[in-house]
Amino acid sequence: MSELQAYQIQEAPYYQPQGNEVELYETAYRRRLPVMIKGPTGCGKSRFVEYMAWKLGKPLITVACNEDMTASDLVGRYLLDADGTRWLDGPLTIAARHGAICYLDEVVEARQDTTVVIHPLTDHRRTLPLDKKGELVQAHPDFQLVISYNPGYQSLMKDLKQSTKQRFVAMEFDYPETALEVEILASETGIAADLAEKLVKVGHAARNLKGHGLDEGISTRLLVYAAMLIQEGADPVSACRMALVRPITDDSDIRANLDHSIDMAFA
Amino acid sequence: MSLNEEELAGFRQRLQCNFEQIDEVFPHLLMGARNHLSAAGLEAWLEGASLICMIGRGVEPVLVYLEEMPEVAGQLGETVLERVAQAVWKLSRSPNGRAIPPFLQVMAEVARRLRTCERLAQYMALVFDMMERTTGSIHGFHATQPSPGLPHLLRNMPYLLSQLSLDGLHRWIDYGIRHYSHHPQRQEAYFSLELADSRAMLHKERQGCLLQDHERALGQYLQAFWQQDAWLVPYSEHLDAQTHPKPYFDEAGMRVPDVYNDRNGISGLDRYRALLAHMAAHRRWSSRVVADNYSPLQRMAIEVLEDSRVEWLAMRQWPGLHGLWRSLHPRPEESACDELRYSCVRHRLAMLSWALLNPVDHGYRHEEICRTVVAFQQAMQEDNTTQAMVRLALTFVARTRVQADQQATVWFEDTEVDYRDDNRHLWLFIEEGDEEEAFDKKKREVSPEEAERLPPRLYPEWDHQSQAYLPDWVSVYEILHPPGEAAFIDRLLERHSALARRMKRVLDLLKPQDHVRVRYQEEGSELDLDIALRSLIDYRCKVQPDPRINFRLEHNHRDIAVTLLLDLSESLNETVPGSDQTLLELNQEATALLAWAIEQLGDRLSIAGFHSNTRHEVRYLHIKGFGEAWDDTVKARLAAMEAGWSTRMGAALRHAGSLLEKRREEKRLLLVVTDGEPSDVDVQDEEHLLQDARKAVQELGQKNIHVHCISLDPKADDYVQNLFGRQYLVIDKVERLPEKLPQLFLSLTR
Repeated sequence: MSELQAYQIQEAPYYQPQGNEVELYETAYRRRLPVMIKGPTGCGKSRFVEYMAWKLGKPLITVACNEDMTASDLVGRYLLDADGTRWLDGPLTIAARHGAICYLDEVVEARQDTTVVIHPLTDHRRTLPLDKKGELVQAHPDFQLVISYNPGYQSLMKDLKQSTKQRFVAMEFDYPETALEVEILASETGIAADLAEKLVKVGHAARNLKGHGLDEGISTRLLVYAAMLIQEGADPVSACRMALVRPITDDSDIRANLDHSIDMAFA
Repeated sequence: MSLNEEELAGFRQRLQCNFEQIDEVFPHLLMGARNHLSAAGLEAWLEGASLICMIGRGVEPVLVYLEEMPEVAGQLGETVLERVAQAVWKLSRSPNGRAIPPFLQVMAEVARRLRTCERLAQYMALVFDMMERTTGSIHGFHATQPSPGLPHLLRNMPYLLSQLSLDGLHRWIDYGIRHYSHHPQRQEAYFSLELADSRAMLHKERQGCLLQDHERALGQYLQAFWQQDAWLVPYSEHLDAQTHPKPYFDEAGMRVPDVYNDRNGISGLDRYRALLAHMAAHRRWSSRVVADNYSPLQRMAIEVLEDSRVEWLAMRQWPGLHGLWRSLHPRPEESACDELRYSCVRHRLAMLSWALLNPVDHGYRHEEICRTVVAFQQAMQEDNTTQAMVRLALTFVARTRVQADQQATVWFEDTEVDYRDDNRHLWLFIEEGDEEEAFDKKKREVSPEEAERLPPRLYPEWDHQSQAYLPDWVSVYEILHPPGEAAFIDRLLERHSALARRMKRVLDLLKPQDHVRVRYQEEGSELDLDIALRSLIDYRCKVQPDPRINFRLEHNHRDIAVTLLLDLSESLNETVPGSDQTLLELNQEATALLAWAIEQLGDRLSIAGFHSNTRHEVRYLHIKGFGEAWDDTVKARLAAMEAGWSTRMGAALRHAGSLLEKRREEKRLLLVVTDGEPSDVDVQDEEHLLQDARKAVQELGQKNIHVHCISLDPKADDYVQNLFGRQYLVIDKVERLPEKLPQLFLSLTR
């Protein structure tokens, strides 16, 4: 267990359930089913996984996927040292060997052929062959695989293979309801409820523009940032421009409209 | 301050003009002038009038001068008196005497718009410049034909100056002169604003916030704020000044003015937003009311209360709207309307509307208005519906009605809230009423024949003389090329089978290899065990080891979209000297080979041809789309290719570019095959289409589309470089086109 000490989550992360997702996840975990979490950016996917790992008392190994990632980045590779070569386990192998929850964040960013290495771990076999090393790792009983991705900005190039998709049970996340989002802002940052409500209003204006020039609306995460700036004493209008508008768009029309929505909301 | 007979006679004598008509009105005119002018000014005024009398154009100009000028001088200073008189003198020495009365008539209004003497000088220079350039001459040295457009221009001047800055006016006049100088009737029509062209130019030069510049932003505004989607249909206020159209919306879209100027510190864009917010609020919260049950007055009151209700709801969502609407809402003075002399219905309702918008600080003491404001607030908390507003409105009307409301003289001042629509959506007429008239209701019947064809795409054209775009100048029709016999192309390809074999070898080399293993890398994705072990041995043997022990996998792929644009003008039918083939056939061969080569490589290719028959009909013929494979349907279209008409290249380039722009490929290439310089039957100026095509090439460059020209005209070097910069190839021996074209493509994309 000592290898995983560093991956243990010590303090309870703040998470506000939107529905019955906590119970569902626990049920899936009891049978160690692989879980896929979908949802727009900044809606709380990673926070949820962190929270569940803490709640279940399991270590969590997170891998942020990217296009240059190869199978050996996940599984492990030989390194050189003074006596010759030495095998180093990759994050997926560590998790499988010692029984952690392995979380592949934004998994579509990785190339499709890379993702195939997770296949034997995600069906009844629950094994991970390390062909370079000639070893077959049998997954620890506590091991579970979780992946997340954002279906919003997927292009034709960035999608999961059907054979990968069909190995997971899936949960869909979205930005929380207005009242809930206000509550989240308030408890994350301590901001007053009426200010939080205005922030959420601006957020909704941007979310309405999704597909009309915006790829993605203002996320809960950005709303939290804006609330933090306001809490630190920034003037609300400038804080919103800085946290909510400037990061998400370079389109002058959209920027003007969102700036206007801030003026209208905070007037 | 009155004058005695003697003084009056003195002044009359100094005005050297003996028309009887002047005697009658002179004392009156003199009285008016004395209010505006100093003693010296009076002298100048009389002298100016005497000068105008001398030009011998009757009494009318003199009278107009005497009447209008004192006021002008009062505004711009008295030096203007002499200047105007001199200008009239100058006009009279040209054949344009007819323009003198309108010149003088609009002077007062022009002066009010221009405000300074310098600007008036500029204005006069502009008028005289226009006069000189449009006054016709016979045999080149004497100006003898009066300018056809000048009187019309002058008559429209107050309106033009209300819409345009002096610079804009200059450009507008300049455009008219350049395009209609040889066509007197059209020139008249241009300067009297009867030509569509002149209105379009006017619109382009307008000051203020044009809808067309902000349509996208406003669409997003509706979407972001109100989650609504609507067509914004512009209407022009100046074109039907009589009907005085108001914004409205129905199923077909929202009708909004085509331009808004800034007002009360609110920008034009914000005025649009205020208008759209109001209409969107109606769309969300208003329900319909049966109109037949209420009198017109009752309906007006219901509209005011319903407007206020939806605004109240909207402001609860977006508090900032209050500030916006408040700045645009007129604020009627309580005592402004005299209830004995006018019908104060509108005034009273506007006051109510203002009070409802500003319940706290409206400052009115009108008992019933104050009571209604309180009742309104209460209703909004309890029973927030259109029906509740109807009840409130009926009560208000019943309690405030007075006898004078029936009068015909209605008080209009400060009562029009122009960011509100006309509320036609609110009413349900059980019997046909004649109150509402849609001013653009006349729907055109679309003939079935027309419906089958795609509507034209309009493109601007670059006018190098004015260094400006001619708006929506060229109509491009997209047509799918009719098919012919595919076997024809196959036979053509067979003829070139030797060439095809040679090309195949080059193509195989170019073909993308998906994964390439790059060895000997210091940093890489994987350890290259062979090398690593060798290095390790070196290390052990105390020899410098090679640190490059990793390898990397790389993707190697081509990402290119190509459009082949063929000039299909009449000249293609010519036979190539020294062979029995026409240019068209050679084009077909070359295209077939290129298409085959590109198919081998797997790049995306589209093929299109174009020709034109004046700017009203540029035909863009699709032969192969990006998504289509190089198969028999495409070959059939290529086989049926025909040549005719002229070469309006700029429009075709723009259209091909707009299609190519949407491609996602990394590299986008437009190959243009042409056999001569751009020309068309409706353009006399040879340089015009050349410059336009050049501009189009530049535009495409800005869009990151690489344009390359293949010219079949051996003499093309003169102009083609000017058009395409260094991206061209002139083929002297046209017979070799089938060979050259694929080669060029390969070398461009290697």
